[in-house]
Amino acid sequence: MNTEILGVFLIFLLSVGLAWPLGKYIVKVFRGEKTWTDFLSPLERLIFKISGIDPNQPMDWKQNMKTLLGINVLFFVFAFLALAFQGSHPFWNPVNIGNWEPTLAFNTAVSFATNTNLQHYSGESGASYFTQLLVFCWLQFVSAGTGIAACALLFQGLKNRTGSNLGNFYNLMVKSCTRILLPLAVVLAVILMVNGTTANFEGLAEVTTLEGEIVQVAGGPTAPMVAIKQLGTNGGGYFGPNSTHPFENPNYLTNIAENVAILLIPMALVFAFGFFLNRKKLALMFFGVMTVLFITFTAVSVSEEIKGNPAIAAMGIATDQSNMEGKEVRFGAAASSLWGVSTTATSNGSVNSMHDSHTPLSGGIFMLDMFINAVYGGVGVGFINFFLFVIVAVFIAGQMIGRTPDLLGKKIEAREVKIAAMVVILHPLLILVGTAMSSYGIVQDPSLGWLKNPGFHGFSEMLYENTSASANNGSGFEGLGDNTPFWNILTGVIMLLARYIPIIGPLAIVGSLSVKNPVPATAGSLQLDSPAFATVLISVIVIVAALAFFPAMVLGPLAEYYTF
Amino acid sequence: MSDNNTSLFSAETFSQAVGQSFAKLNPVLMIKNPVMFTVEIGTAIMLVVTVLSGLSSHDSLGDLGYNAVITLILFLTVLFGNFAEAIAEARGKAQADTLRKTRRDTLAKLLNKDGSISETSSADLKKGDVFVAIAGDVIPADGEIIEGLASIDESAITGESAPVIREADTDRNSVIGGTKVLSDQIKVQVVTEPGESFLDKMISLVEGANRQKTPNEIALTILLASFTLIFLIVTVTLKPFADFANAPITIAALVSLFVCLIPTTIGGLLSSIGIAGMDRALRANIIAKSGKAVETAGDIDTLLLDKTGTITIGNRKATSFSHLEEISDKKFAELCVISSLADSTPEGKSIIELAKRQDITVAKESIGEALFIKFSAETRMSGVDLVDGRKIRKGAWDAISRWSENKDDLAKLEAKVTEIANNGGTPLALAVDRKALGVIQLEDIIKPGIQERFERLRKMGVKTVMVTGDNPLTAAFIAKKAGVDDFIAEAKPEDKMNYIKEEQRLGKLVAMMGDGTNDAPALAQADVGVAMNSGTQAAKEAANMVDLDSDPTKLLEVIEIGKQLLITRGNVTTFSIANDVAKYFAIVPALFAAAIPGLNALNIMNLSTPESAILSAVIFNAIIIPMLIPLALSGVKYRPVGASALLTRNLLVYGLGGVIVPFIGIKLIDLVVSLAL
Repeated sequence: MNTEILGVFLIFLLSVGLAWPLGKYIVKVFRGEKTWTDFLSPLERLIFKISGIDPNQPMDWKQNMKTLLGINVLFFVFAFLALAFQGSHPFWNPVNIGNWEPTLAFNTAVSFATNTNLQHYSGESGASYFTQLLVFCWLQFVSAGTGIAACALLFQGLKNRTGSNLGNFYNLMVKSCTRILLPLAVVLAVILMVNGTTANFEGLAEVTTLEGEIVQVAGGPTAPMVAIKQLGTNGGGYFGPNSTHPFENPNYLTNIAENVAILLIPMALVFAFGFFLNRKKLALMFFGVMTVLFITFTAVSVSEEIKGNPAIAAMGIATDQSNMEGKEVRFGAAASSLWGVSTTATSNGSVNSMHDSHTPLSGGIFMLDMFINAVYGGVGVGFINFFLFVIVAVFIAGQMIGRTPDLLGKKIEAREVKIAAMVVILHPLLILVGTAMSSYGIVQDPSLGWLKNPGFHGFSEMLYENTSASANNGSGFEGLGDNTPFWNILTGVIMLLARYIPIIGPLAIVGSLSVKNPVPATAGSLQLDSPAFATVLISVIVIVAALAFFPAMVLGPLAEYYTF
Repeated sequence: MSDNNTSLFSAETFSQAVGQSFAKLNPVLMIKNPVMFTVEIGTAIMLVVTVLSGLSSHDSLGDLGYNAVITLILFLTVLFGNFAEAIAEARGKAQADTLRKTRRDTLAKLLNKDGSISETSSADLKKGDVFVAIAGDVIPADGEIIEGLASIDESAITGESAPVIREADTDRNSVIGGTKVLSDQIKVQVVTEPGESFLDKMISLVEGANRQKTPNEIALTILLASFTLIFLIVTVTLKPFADFANAPITIAALVSLFVCLIPTTIGGLLSSIGIAGMDRALRANIIAKSGKAVETAGDIDTLLLDKTGTITIGNRKATSFSHLEEISDKKFAELCVISSLADSTPEGKSIIELAKRQDITVAKESIGEALFIKFSAETRMSGVDLVDGRKIRKGAWDAISRWSENKDDLAKLEAKVTEIANNGGTPLALAVDRKALGVIQLEDIIKPGIQERFERLRKMGVKTVMVTGDNPLTAAFIAKKAGVDDFIAEAKPEDKMNYIKEEQRLGKLVAMMGDGTNDAPALAQADVGVAMNSGTQAAKEAANMVDLDSDPTKLLEVIEIGKQLLITRGNVTTFSIANDVAKYFAIVPALFAAAIPGLNALNIMNLSTPESAILSAVIFNAIIIPMLIPLALSGVKYRPVGASALLTRNLLVYGLGGVIVPFIGIKLIDLVVSLAL
């Protein structure tokens, strides 16, 4: 047991230790300074030359936003066509997998373009090599690149003394892919391959098991896909069972590597904020706030899982008390909990255990993590979400000390509060309305039959699905039959809104902040890096998440917990 | 004018406010306050539900009696919010009325174009009219003296009983309607149309008719509206959730949950906090031309203060005599007095006072028909030629040392002169018959307690700048002694203007006070410009506040009033939102306790029944509004302890307090309610 918990600490500390230097490196990339990866610049120049883009063109927030949205529409259209006509084109489809039903193609195209990777299809048996590599894997790079580039625009907007230029989205996005995601993915893929993650194009292999049965085992370019899936907080597995599958995540070592990869870039971007704006102390405070929540969540989840299922214990069956249902024996309960918290905190969504089978409170923690969606958060967008909470906290704290609130020397006024408030509302709106629609649907027509579990757990499954979509997470409480037109369209729309509005809103805020005249800091100004403000910030995060979702949590995980 | 200890509710304002609370139920007025407007809608829904539940017994409608009680409490919640606003307005109005009493209709002696004088009502005076006022008259309207001078009793407006002198063609040429001429005769030109004086503007601001929301208030309203929207979503979606869980909820419970969760406490008190801020300014005898000006005052980064009258008391004063050994203390002091007998400058008078304190007096008659020499810019000396032929001269050190012939003594005196200058004083030398005898030390007397006030300002983050006509050396010394952060020496009006512009370029907000016409551009440029009531009309037009007391230290108070306004709003908001935690723990278990018994574990307050739990939460939610009215009206005290310490303190009081208080309050109400049920 102690070894398990030691493993949890090891993974966390390793992530922090690697994120710090990575943060420094990311800032160099954002600033276009010299780095050891400069050998990739011919590749970037080629990309810009082919596409006819001037990567040095200064752009304000609106131009950047149009660019971001335009390019993402292209991603979506391409992905949708590739999926809907997967069986109709002759490329790289050795097992001859067919066309997709349109709502599933819509859902999946949105899912990968929005960095969500909610998978209503069934992994390796639904997607050809072409789809896996040139649709999924490619989108996993560029959707993560979109997030990181948006975050870089945000940093620049906060750094500007007075000026509308936020940088060039094309340039930042391409470099996020080539300089940040690609090198890290290569390193991680090699680690995984050395440890036995598959990387081949051999289609289905026939294997005779110990019992003498013949089973078909799917091969494929798993290692590189798993690498970017984790690093880019994508979470879409090559195989249906995701990182519980032995080909994706063969042993404890790969589990460490993948878990670190989940946390790495989201953590590094928090540090990068400090290096970019030269506000290291503030970045550490932000990191501290996130970490307090992260550690609390992990502690609850780990202790609940190790305590195990009281129903089983009551039957006198268990020898090992911990809840091992839906978990891999090679990882254990603690590492599964840490992964669960990591993957929901960062909007990654890959799993190494079945979240559905976690104890009610642990499952509730995963949802809470996604309600907040800013504890480190998804690559780039996590910090952007966090920034919204900062705006609200600064506004409240500023009033509490008798000054018109300012953030890094820029006054927060009605316009900024309005945008921040709208975006903060969006997340509960999508989750609660989505869950309400699905609850209403199943009450009116039980024959819809999505739910394999009745009662509170069934409610949790629907709540989790909507939350996962709105948090652009992508993991699921399996047990929900989600490949139906209803769920495909509902979650597809949720993912779209939940991805782009929370990017547009904060960038509109920094767009407006960046052109304001800075106000000087005085003894009467709010000190952002003080423990008092950290307390306000944590309270705002917890209260917004808790207050909006408390009734839903009560009817799902809490009702289940108390009636266990 | 004002009685600063007025109790929060007098009987008259109370009954006035009660009436207004009902008048304000008009939805057209309510919609300006989105939070309370939704409570009003909720009340209307509950009214319909109550009526329906009397007619049918459908499950989702609930019990008639219970519905009626909930409806009543929701209605009270709206009324309490309205009452908070109405009482703030009523208090402001009462304050304004005392001011207005001073402008009862009086007869004005209107000067016609042909030079004749006709009597007319003060209400008929128009801008540009000229009237005459003689001793004993009440001045009928605000105006500028165009001819003559008079001593005027302004106590009706300022509360200050000592009469003031107002004179044409000076910076002190303006008179206020309602004040009384004590002596002499003046011709005054009316400067405002009837009903448009500063006081009229201020009254309408306080009364609410023209009250516009300030920028921070608008931003806060948006935030509160968005919280309301979130809870609307939470409540509406809870219905299908509960249906799915087979735990149906009554409409009364849903509406109660909604009303308890939305920030009604701050919603109900928001405008009363704003009005109370204006009212506090008025009580400090400051007429603010807009609520925004008061709010901006709280954000001031830089404060420009005139040295004389603000930092130092009046003018320089003589504080000591030093002289050559060959002459006695008494003799030297007598010479000083004689030289100053005809000197009407404040410095000259202070020399006589200093000697008097040393029991040395010289009667003017005793020196006979002496010839007094006036100060001139060329000689830079003044003095007297006595009948016995002695010539006494007093003046700047360089002038006296040039005039004097005892060069050996000069060196001795020079040491003293340097010492005085180095200590921020001004040396004034005295010589008799071209022989320098000694030096008089003139000093600025720094107001007692002013250092503490500047320290307080520094902790608030406000930079203080002293503006003075002194030379840089003296200015630096006084600045250091008084504890100001910066100074402008040998200041000309345009120096103030430039300083303000430079500070504003750095993003700072600047406040200043002024009275003269040449201050007007700087007053207009400053973010908060406070004109002294004794100042010229131009200065008052340019400023966004007028200080009736003409007290230069009032700026410090203005800043604190502004900060207090923001702090009160911020902390009540925090309190209001923090309350939700307890309300959730009261209502949510109650909603589902029947269908999901396990959830009773969340009933950590151990409230007796689901009905009483919901009722207690709604009652708490309603009565917390009137309970906080005194806080809203008097404001949360501002403590200049530094931003982080202040935040920590307010977090503990209003944040943590906001979490804990409702747990206790709801539990207590539940104990009472469960007895009644």
